[in-house]
Amino acid sequence: MIIAGCDVGSLSAEAVIMRDGAIISSEIIRVRPRPEQSATDVMDKALEKAGLTYKNIEYCVSTGYGRERIPFADNNISEISCHGKGAQWLVPSVRTVIDVGGQDCKVIRVDENGKLVNFVMNDKCAAGTGRFLEFMAKVLDVGIEDLGPQGLSSLNSVAITNMCSIYAETEVLHYVYEGKNPADIAAGINRSMAERVNSLVKRVGVEEDICITGGVAKNTGVVKNLEETLQVSAQKLPVDPQSVGAIGACLFAKEELGNRDR
Amino acid sequence: MAKPMIFTGFDFGTLAAKVVIMQEGSIISSEISKIKGIPEQVASDVLDKALSRAGLSLGEVNYSVSTGWGRKRVPFANIDIGEMPCLAKGARFLFPSVMTVIDVGGHSTRAVSISEAGRVTDYNTNDKCAAGTGRFFELVADALELKLEELASLADRSKDPAKISSQCCVFAESEVITMVNEGRELVDIVAGVHDSVARRLAAIAGAIGIKEDVVMTGGCAKNRRLAEGLANHLKVDIITPAIDPQLVGATGAALIAQDRYGST
Repeated sequence: MIIAGCDVGSLSAEAVIMRDGAIISSEIIRVRPRPEQSATDVMDKALEKAGLTYKNIEYCVSTGYGRERIPFADNNISEISCHGKGAQWLVPSVRTVIDVGGQDCKVIRVDENGKLVNFVMNDKCAAGTGRFLEFMAKVLDVGIEDLGPQGLSSLNSVAITNMCSIYAETEVLHYVYEGKNPADIAAGINRSMAERVNSLVKRVGVEEDICITGGVAKNTGVVKNLEETLQVSAQKLPVDPQSVGAIGACLFAKEELGNRDR
Repeated sequence: MAKPMIFTGFDFGTLAAKVVIMQEGSIISSEISKIKGIPEQVASDVLDKALSRAGLSLGEVNYSVSTGWGRKRVPFANIDIGEMPCLAKGARFLFPSVMTVIDVGGHSTRAVSISEAGRVTDYNTNDKCAAGTGRFFELVADALELKLEELASLADRSKDPAKISSQCCVFAESEVITMVNEGRELVDIVAGVHDSVARRLAAIAGAIGIKEDVVMTGGCAKNRRLAEGLANHLKVDIITPAIDPQLVGATGAALIAQDRYGST
């Protein structure tokens, strides 16, 4: 049984293919101008890797911001359900999923079956989302992937007091003008990001175990700060944290296919 | 003949530093500069430029008042004063009939109510979020590779303004880029940007009772379409100063310097 999940977010698109309940292929790309294009490009790559074609896919579920515009999907399911489902399948003890994506941040509570219990989401303000980090990386003129390691090397983090990305940009610029160590500025950015995510987490509460998904989970500085503020350690995922939504979509595809064939 | 009195007002904003030099109640020199560098150094450089244009030196200045976000970091200021009284003072000097000032700068938007006596009676600001400030225009201009000054006339050519749904400037910037990628007309996108800022401004300004005459100041007052859009939302006429609208706060600061000097 070959099933697929496709997650088209605001900044990246992921495709996962499963055969008989095991992941056989997974791909991530930066989004193209149109969701249809992103979906097709990323799925083409995942299929090629697995030596398969679209005809081989028995059922596909799409998710993410562009989920309603995926031409090859049989159904679409919200990314909140998919992230919860995917994370709990990967690490069965997980009850709280913190998904920090490019353009939003969600805290998702699931039960022992990966079913959604409660969630809270910020998609109105760039603070606490990947877009904030991207914006700050541009101001500091470093790659977004460098912010984490750079920040971790700091012993004396600066304080970023503004929540608004635009104001934080000015704060960061002033630190640059004053000759502050870039590592200390990166640490301040990571900490401010973690604080913002933490304020969202507080609104829905933490039930352990937790895991962090989405692109920001790759920023070791933010993850460490978040673990410190929450006073819990996040479960390590055995896959790329950006692919969790697509994995969840795959699992829904499996269920829906099972129901259809019954 | 007694030496003429020289007063300076320094408005240290988040994005630009503005200085006005006054002699006997009229502006004799001014300077506006983008802030790039250590605040104290920027302040001195900007003042030096304005002084040398007037053929003056720092020693000839009788009294200086600083205002704006960086007002504590202006080394030569005798005192610092909040932005609202300076805006009120400057606007009333330019327009004796003004009762409301809407100042739209790079990072901050402020609406100020002024009493008959010239006192600030109420105000509202954009507070913690940059939506409804000039920065959004800058982001859009950068993203679309346009000049800030050409945005308004481009928008005028639109027949079907786009609807920008994000309030957050950073998200709205992404939204604008998506629209470009989807093939929306540039003029419609730019018109949508104006509408979105005007709507946000109207919400901020509308929170205080708007009484005419209303004057718009700050860098964004140079954007005629924005001023018109705001006027439509608030259902009032909006006037803009004949001097550079970015200088109104600094002008107020210079006038306050003159008052304070007289009373010391």
